[in-house]
Amino acid sequence: MAALGAVRSSGRAARRLVCIQRVRSCSSVRFIKSKYVCVFDKSALKFSHQQRLFRTSAVSRGQIVQFKLSDIGEGITEVTVKEWYIKEGDSVSQFDSICEVQSDKASVTITSRYDGIIRKLHYSLDEIAYVGKPLVDIEIDASKGVAPAEDVVEAPPMSHEEHTHQEIKGHKTLATPAVRRLAMENNIKLSEIVGTGKDNRILKEDILNYLAKQTGAILPPSPKAEIIPPFPKSETVPAPPKDKAHKIPVPVSRPIVFSGKDKTEPITGFHKAMVKTMSAALKIPHFGYCDEIDLTELVQLREELKPLAQIRGVKLSFMPFFIKAASLGLLQYPILNASLDENCQNVTYKASHNIGVAMDTEQGLIVPNVKNVQVCSVFEIASELNRLQSLGSAGQLGTTELTGGTFTLSNIGTIGGTYTKPVILPPEVAIGALGKIQVLPRFNGKGEVFKARIMNIHQKLPLQEHSPKL
Amino acid sequence: MVLQSSLKNCFQLSCILQVPKAGFRSTASGGLIIQSTSNDVYQNLAVEDWIHDHMNLEKRQVLFLWRNSPAVVIGRHQNPWQECNLRLLRQKNIKLARRRSGGGTVYHDLGNINLTFFTTRKKHERMENLKLVVKALKALRPQLDVHVTDRYDILLDRQYKISGTAAKLGRTAAYHHCTLLCSTDKFVLSSVLKSPYKGLKSNATPSVPASVKNLFEEDPSLTCEVLLDAIAEEYATQHQIDHHINLINPADETVLPGINNKAKELQTWEWVYGKTPKFNVSTHFNIAYKDSVLDVKVDMDVKHGRIEVCNIDLPQQWLPPALCSELVKSLTGNKFCPNETTVLVTTLLRTCPQDGDLQSRWNLLCENMKMLM
Repeated sequence: MAALGAVRSSGRAARRLVCIQRVRSCSSVRFIKSKYVCVFDKSALKFSHQQRLFRTSAVSRGQIVQFKLSDIGEGITEVTVKEWYIKEGDSVSQFDSICEVQSDKASVTITSRYDGIIRKLHYSLDEIAYVGKPLVDIEIDASKGVAPAEDVVEAPPMSHEEHTHQEIKGHKTLATPAVRRLAMENNIKLSEIVGTGKDNRILKEDILNYLAKQTGAILPPSPKAEIIPPFPKSETVPAPPKDKAHKIPVPVSRPIVFSGKDKTEPITGFHKAMVKTMSAALKIPHFGYCDEIDLTELVQLREELKPLAQIRGVKLSFMPFFIKAASLGLLQYPILNASLDENCQNVTYKASHNIGVAMDTEQGLIVPNVKNVQVCSVFEIASELNRLQSLGSAGQLGTTELTGGTFTLSNIGTIGGTYTKPVILPPEVAIGALGKIQVLPRFNGKGEVFKARIMNIHQKLPLQEHSPKL
Repeated sequence: MVLQSSLKNCFQLSCILQVPKAGFRSTASGGLIIQSTSNDVYQNLAVEDWIHDHMNLEKRQVLFLWRNSPAVVIGRHQNPWQECNLRLLRQKNIKLARRRSGGGTVYHDLGNINLTFFTTRKKHERMENLKLVVKALKALRPQLDVHVTDRYDILLDRQYKISGTAAKLGRTAAYHHCTLLCSTDKFVLSSVLKSPYKGLKSNATPSVPASVKNLFEEDPSLTCEVLLDAIAEEYATQHQIDHHINLINPADETVLPGINNKAKELQTWEWVYGKTPKFNVSTHFNIAYKDSVLDVKVDMDVKHGRIEVCNIDLPQQWLPPALCSELVKSLTGNKFCPNETTVLVTTLLRTCPQDGDLQSRWNLLCENMKMLM
């Protein structure tokens, strides 16, 4: 540690002479956080690096520095710019990625040497960039440029002891100038924040979370709860420093800095199509009908049949039973398996019962259908449903599966809902929504209370003179 | 992939990755050889990322050995539509991955060996690494005619490519990885690496096709295990370390904290397809319908894997113009992906007039559009 101190002080002296180069030398011995089991000992490398990039010109506030494309090695003189990670006006910290360039078969990530704001990109995508020539112009904020790693400059209320304390830990806090400003405004020591960004970088969210915890606390929070290492510990490296257990004073109220902005996005693609579908649906004259069904016997039946289905490789849920029941109902009331033309002038009675099952997937609310349920057994339906479900979760449902539906069942019970008001999916004319099966007390024929399995079903049915009961 | 357990030990990477202290495996200085126990291309690429991001390579360089179950791996700045037959990949359940290094497209299967040489940025030397591989091969079979070209390929018999190279340079670390064809299925290789998509214009890095041959064809006794062993032996000699291959499990968070997130990121659509440089599709197709054949011209700009601009030129009145413009508007902003398009067009179909003829035409048009993706 003493040697480190000596190196550090000489580094600091050097830093006073250097204005442009942010010298992340000796104090950049990264504190061994338990998350990574490897030791990053970059001090040796950085010190020599510092000497090579030594400059003595004076720097005024907000000076624009031309960051040149450094030597790539292997005698390469030119590369192609393939991707920019920043744009003009963005603020960057040292070591942030600036762009990706390609040379022959090598892809190279160019990182920033400075903290500052990007003022100019010298190349556009796919242009050839030259080694030794300017890549970007960065405006450096001189007040922050001199002592970038230590917090003592940014947080005046901190005592000298705190500063020394941080130095002894050798803790380098990575944060952009904007984040540092936020911390300073709120009198927060960056060393108390656990960074969740890359390389333990402290992000704005980390400061905001810390603030939120502060204002919400009634008692001083215990240090362990406050500082949670983002990654699991390793046995071979010591745990996070226990001396972070300062008493954190609980303020009565703090102004919470919330910089969220409203975000407007156009509705495109699938979502737009769904909006159109639902608007059309609400134009179909319909009414809703609810009922409560006692499924006690069905629950029992399924328990008995589940293992039999499993032997044949089929997962048996309740849906196949409901689908088959719906089909039997449709045989009695074919008007519900019909389609109206555009002007509600003709009705087409569909012969097949292609019963759709609403699925919530990554792509959105998708409704594949089981074809010809009228000739399928419960087991066959279950098997087909399994197939549709796995295609659905893989995002691979095809046109055949997604078209030709004549009636739909929506199972809101799978996400725990008990009641719902579904929307009819044109060109169909009816839809049934199934709630969760609940265990509720009911009276049986003898007037005794028993444990019943109850499910609510809500249907949207077309307006007809003699509305059938399904 | 069964490894000879006599030669290899699986133990905590944490033991290996510390800076060596006196008394701890004192022979292990200068190099480390690790081999993946997984054949999942995403997990293995994630290990590369992890080592590149987190390991200190100053005192010790690393050789990483890995093999994948069937997968196509494209370079960082490439266009998968241009490079491979995506339809065939989906059919055969072959994975598609985008690596972080540059270079061209390769096909991996268990008959292909991948070698990654990790060093500091300063010590990054592709030629030396490839010479090491050639030296290992020649030590194994002195009569093998293998040499390194100035394009960093390894050729067999002066004509067949048996290894391709790519590299990634970061701020302080770098890696060079290469393939080695041992017993890969050449038939699948050539069919998946042939793109059926026409009319693509882009600045993405193109691949340079080459005739390939397996080492196995040259000498049937050269199996993957034999080759891996020989290369590890040569690496161990040159780095003055034990010929000891350490197995690592790429799913183990305790040894590689954060690795599963890296693997997940590599599988996202945004990375695999979304990172494709902007390109344009300008093509046409014929639709045969009821005794007539019509020519449909399509022009699309695809950026970040999504359709930015879409133009479909249909003969007059074949489809109601309102419907056609509905299709174009909906496709704009959508992913350039046949499954996404299926979901979109089947939803749009619900609000189409219930006219059988109209719906058939719509379906024909949409199916053809999907074939472009």
